[in-house]
Amino acid sequence: MIQQGGGALGIGEIPIGPTWQTNYFIGADAQGRDVMARVLYGGRASLEIGIGSALICCGIALVLALLAGFFRGPIDALLSRLMDLIWAFPVYLLAISLATVLLTKPNGLQWGFVHVDPSSLWVPTAIIALVYVPYVFRPVRGQVLSVREKEYVEAAIAQGASNGRLMFGEILPNVITTVIVMLPLMIATTVLTESALSFLSIGVQPPKASWGTIIDDGQSLLYTRPWVAIAPGIMIVLTVLSLNVLGDGVRDALDPRAKLRMRG
Amino acid sequence: MAVFIVRRSIGLIAVLFAITVLTFLIFFATPGVDPTRALAGRNPTPETVAAIKHQFGLDRSLPVQYLLMMKRLFISRDLVSYGNQALKVVPAITSAAPVTFSLVLGAAVIWVVFAILTGVLAVILKGTIFDPLLMILALIGISMPVFWLGEVANLVTQDRLHNTFLFHWVPPLGYTPLTSNPWQWFLHLVIPWITLSVLYIGFYARVLRANLLDVENEDYVRTARAKGLSERRVLLKHMLRTSLITFVSLFGLDFGVLVGGGALLTEVVFGLPGVGKLTYDSLVKLDLPVIMATVIYGAFFITIANALVDIVYARLDPRIRPA
Repeated sequence: MIQQGGGALGIGEIPIGPTWQTNYFIGADAQGRDVMARVLYGGRASLEIGIGSALICCGIALVLALLAGFFRGPIDALLSRLMDLIWAFPVYLLAISLATVLLTKPNGLQWGFVHVDPSSLWVPTAIIALVYVPYVFRPVRGQVLSVREKEYVEAAIAQGASNGRLMFGEILPNVITTVIVMLPLMIATTVLTESALSFLSIGVQPPKASWGTIIDDGQSLLYTRPWVAIAPGIMIVLTVLSLNVLGDGVRDALDPRAKLRMRG
Repeated sequence: MAVFIVRRSIGLIAVLFAITVLTFLIFFATPGVDPTRALAGRNPTPETVAAIKHQFGLDRSLPVQYLLMMKRLFISRDLVSYGNQALKVVPAITSAAPVTFSLVLGAAVIWVVFAILTGVLAVILKGTIFDPLLMILALIGISMPVFWLGEVANLVTQDRLHNTFLFHWVPPLGYTPLTSNPWQWFLHLVIPWITLSVLYIGFYARVLRANLLDVENEDYVRTARAKGLSERRVLLKHMLRTSLITFVSLFGLDFGVLVGGGALLTEVVFGLPGVGKLTYDSLVKLDLPVIMATVIYGAFFITIANALVDIVYARLDPRIRPA
């Protein structure tokens, strides 16, 4: 029903939304593009980056936390100091620094045979994932430290289990709950961060759209056609709100302490 | 105590040093990044590029570049912007910092007052429809992107309802220093304050409500009730005081992050010339020295603020002090 493109528009006939037709449901932007179609397609990019970066972030943090908490000693010290260092930067400033540097490269990144185009969605995804690693690393590392002292880990050691089996077979299943509880809330955070970076024009690059870039486009049209900026914002609020509600639900279901609090 | 302060300070200096190194590496040593690109213009000749590199010391080895940059940033304080060579970076930041500080301070007052009101009210109204209602409102506040909320606020107060009695007092976007006209300073900042505080009101109200419900079953609360204290006294004097510990430590962190550059989006939307706006403007021009300096400023501010909070805490609560 809602399609990208629509018919070509002449001068002076750019519709201002909301119009009650299938095309240009909430009007067109300064370049005559159907805003509703852009909001829907932009949502795809926003969600891909949000979910992708949250998954990558939790994955990296989980592995690092397992290594740090299991081996302790110098590995733990090194990883923890590194996380403290990332933690010391304000999230948005660190993301801005990384994005600025990556965007100054005209030909994109080249690591061996891997080539990343600056306009690729992977750039914001990787930046956002990296920036939030310490926020997941800290609680999970604490859990690993306490779980590895449990009797069943001792029993596995007595059976002659290898380090790999101890980490991934014994400890991982017992700390994964923490990560699962954090995941919906992390996605909510990363979706918000993505929209902020795109709003500052260092996230998703044109001609691709995301909710953040559409709000940025709408900033200059704010008084003449406000729906360009309002519509993607409503989508963000609805998405993040439902993720937060889901996160609360998951926490109440999986975290016994929280359940105790609810009953009390 | 003295030992704790000395140890914390040594850690602090190490972190500050690491911050400057990491920031420098991000901006000037990432492979493939050419800091001269913004300077040399389109299609520069190799001679121009070489001359510019020499002028800014970019033809030296990396450690020398780092030392030169830090010397110009902290000791001689004459690091200039790449885009506009009359703009000195350090004075630009020190003149922008009061704007950010005004914004964050006002928002902090609003969010502390309203978060405590909402949190306490939700606990008082527990069991009625209003408790979940307040918490849903708080959740909506957390879910709104601050820049979008700012734009909607601009739309309503600057345009759509500007000529009605509600918002005719709202001045155009911008900033007036407190020293030149306190009343205009206040008027310019009211809408940004409210916008910035919405997120934190929601977040802090939720945290406070959860903490209050946590301490409700503690023995000392039961004792207070058994003594026959009024419900109001139990809530405000016994429960609220303990719950405020988390609240205060969160507040220290968030305040530091916001003054350190976290208020960037609000400043951009409302055209307030603070540190965040400075970062954003140099971001648009890819002005690396200015961005590097504002990032270092932000990280420094946050790290030092955290260390101060730690020391004050150890002073207040001996349990935190390590042996």
